[in-house]
Amino acid sequence: MEEFLKFDRVTKSYGSLKAVDNVTLNIKRGEIFSILGPSGCGKTTLLRMLAGFESPDTGRILLDGEDITDQLPNIRKVNTVFQNYALFPHMTVRENIAFGLKIRHRPKAEIDAEVDKMLAMIQMEACADKKPNQISGGQKQRTAIARALILKPQVLLLDEPLAALDLKLRQRMSLELSLIHDEVGITFMYVTHDQNEAMSISDHIAVMHNGRVEQVGTPAEIYEAPRTSFVAAFIGDTNFFDGSISEVVDSEYCWLDVPGLPRILVFNDKKKSKGDFVHVSIRPEKFQISIDRPQVGPKHNVLPATVEDIVYQGDHTRYWVSIENGWRIAITRQHNRFMLDERPITWGDKVFISWQSDDGYMLEHYSEKDEDLLQMPPQQPGEIGSEEEEITNTLQNIELQEDGQ
Amino acid sequence: MSAPNVHRKNFLSEFSVSSPSFLWLTIFFLLPTLIIFAISFRSRGEFGGIGDQWTLETLQSIAHPNYPSIIWRTIWMSLACTGLTLAIAVPVAYHMARVSAKMRDLMMLLTIIPFWTNFLIRIFAWKSVLHPEGFLKQFLVWCHLVNPDATLLYRPEAVLLVMIYTELPFAILPLYAAAEKFDFSLFDAAMDLGATRLRAFFSIFVPGIADGLLSACLMVLIPCIGSYVIPDMVGGKDSMMLGNVIVRMTLENRNIPAAAALSAVLTVVMFLPLLFFLKGKKNPDGSAAPAKEVV
Repeated sequence: MEEFLKFDRVTKSYGSLKAVDNVTLNIKRGEIFSILGPSGCGKTTLLRMLAGFESPDTGRILLDGEDITDQLPNIRKVNTVFQNYALFPHMTVRENIAFGLKIRHRPKAEIDAEVDKMLAMIQMEACADKKPNQISGGQKQRTAIARALILKPQVLLLDEPLAALDLKLRQRMSLELSLIHDEVGITFMYVTHDQNEAMSISDHIAVMHNGRVEQVGTPAEIYEAPRTSFVAAFIGDTNFFDGSISEVVDSEYCWLDVPGLPRILVFNDKKKSKGDFVHVSIRPEKFQISIDRPQVGPKHNVLPATVEDIVYQGDHTRYWVSIENGWRIAITRQHNRFMLDERPITWGDKVFISWQSDDGYMLEHYSEKDEDLLQMPPQQPGEIGSEEEEITNTLQNIELQEDGQ
Repeated sequence: MSAPNVHRKNFLSEFSVSSPSFLWLTIFFLLPTLIIFAISFRSRGEFGGIGDQWTLETLQSIAHPNYPSIIWRTIWMSLACTGLTLAIAVPVAYHMARVSAKMRDLMMLLTIIPFWTNFLIRIFAWKSVLHPEGFLKQFLVWCHLVNPDATLLYRPEAVLLVMIYTELPFAILPLYAAAEKFDFSLFDAAMDLGATRLRAFFSIFVPGIADGLLSACLMVLIPCIGSYVIPDMVGGKDSMMLGNVIVRMTLENRNIPAAAALSAVLTVVMFLPLLFFLKGKKNPDGSAAPAKEVV
């Protein structure tokens, strides 16, 4: 792999807070590399260090073989699209785009030609002489990108570039960004807290948490094979199971003893041995939910469950079901058939959930705090244990109380 | 309710709200100014009063060979004072907006502390600083920067220095108010696009606080044009300004119409920058239409 942009053991602290903690990243030439994480994870600090607004306490930043750690921002061949665009309000769109070239004292004819080219690329010829407060959010966004790209940087930094736009515009701009990237072929470093944005646009993603890089990989790797519970819970949604391995079946599968549940078959991707305690993450869409007991192959797990909560989302429905001993599971069901034709699953239904045992993934690192990131409706006191009698009792109690009034 | 009625009601309520200040300005500002303009067309009374004939003589007397140079000095001194004050105040405002909150409070305190002392006392303090026996003079002599015979006091430069000192807080405050609102990510953006710190300061920060600059300009320029205490106390014969002439005309020559004529000239001179300011305020983008928000 060609090392184009390298963060080499970079650390930056503010007081006692380690904003960026020993981060090493390798970014290839021409790719879109995203840094994804919740606010305060250090992603913006990392970006600002690359742009030159902050300098790392320790570690080096290398760009195309050159150490740029101590270069001033105005020297670096790196340009930024700022979060709120930071367009110069007293200049027109044209003047904004031309600013970088003017600073470099290029001849006027050349500047005009370059700016015209940029305006054509972002399709803003008609707005060239407007001020930033006269154009829309999407147009500001394009102007900011053109202003940075006109200098032909080696890396274009994008700091939450779509955060200020509404949903539909965000989706369109993210497609436009990919098109612009294909056109100019410049390396993009994209900072965002929005996993969908990162997923849809990136070649590689680095997931950051508390100043550390938790995982680097392609969007599919990050989603399907999360290394830690944070990655699993932050990207999309998931279910965690923990237990000790009671029996290793063969080179691929093993039985997991989950406290309070019948043993479940899991894919032994980490080659664990008998007695090891493991955490497994299973994505909601890997489960099937049905009213009748499903006819499944030997590598499937089937558990009876009770439906607790349902959220209909059009293309899919999210179910929260409870299985034995207070275990609750989130399940996503795609509606690839016209939904109204089947008997709907409703609240309190006794159902069966099943999943293929190799759809789970063992985590290298687990932290209980990450469970808070999971989407889970608050548990109602009467449903603990989720035994049918308990629910019925509760219901009867409510009815009795109502009668008594 | 029909639309014209709404407008009528709005007009009435606006009028009733603004009428006290409107009346105040009419009685205590507009009328006296008009009276001064009127007196400047009157002849001189026999015992230092106002005569009862209408005449253009008084206004013509302003063409007296002494006056153009005094008017000219008033203008250049005021402009120089404004320019130099802003040159000091803009960097101060920039730093005040960038430093920590604690430091900012301290700087703000230092800016307004002079207001706690009477204006005249502060000028007397300057007199003793600039005095031939004063420590500044002694210090400069010790540094071999000035001749021991030179005088610091009673020269136009001394007037300029004390005027800058007096006006500085009035420039810093509006500039700081503008700088505080300035979005410093624009500064980062300019550096990111290759501008040096200095270039970013002049081509991004300074235009960014244009409103504050304009009001600071007026806050400094207008009192400067009308100043008379400072030139009177630290200035000499060759640093007389229009204000001093008016005072002399009123108190010594007892020529009220001439004083009124000079005051009228002064008012017009001060009004010109104000007009310029108002014109700039009306269309800040050079386009009269309000910015149209698209999508």
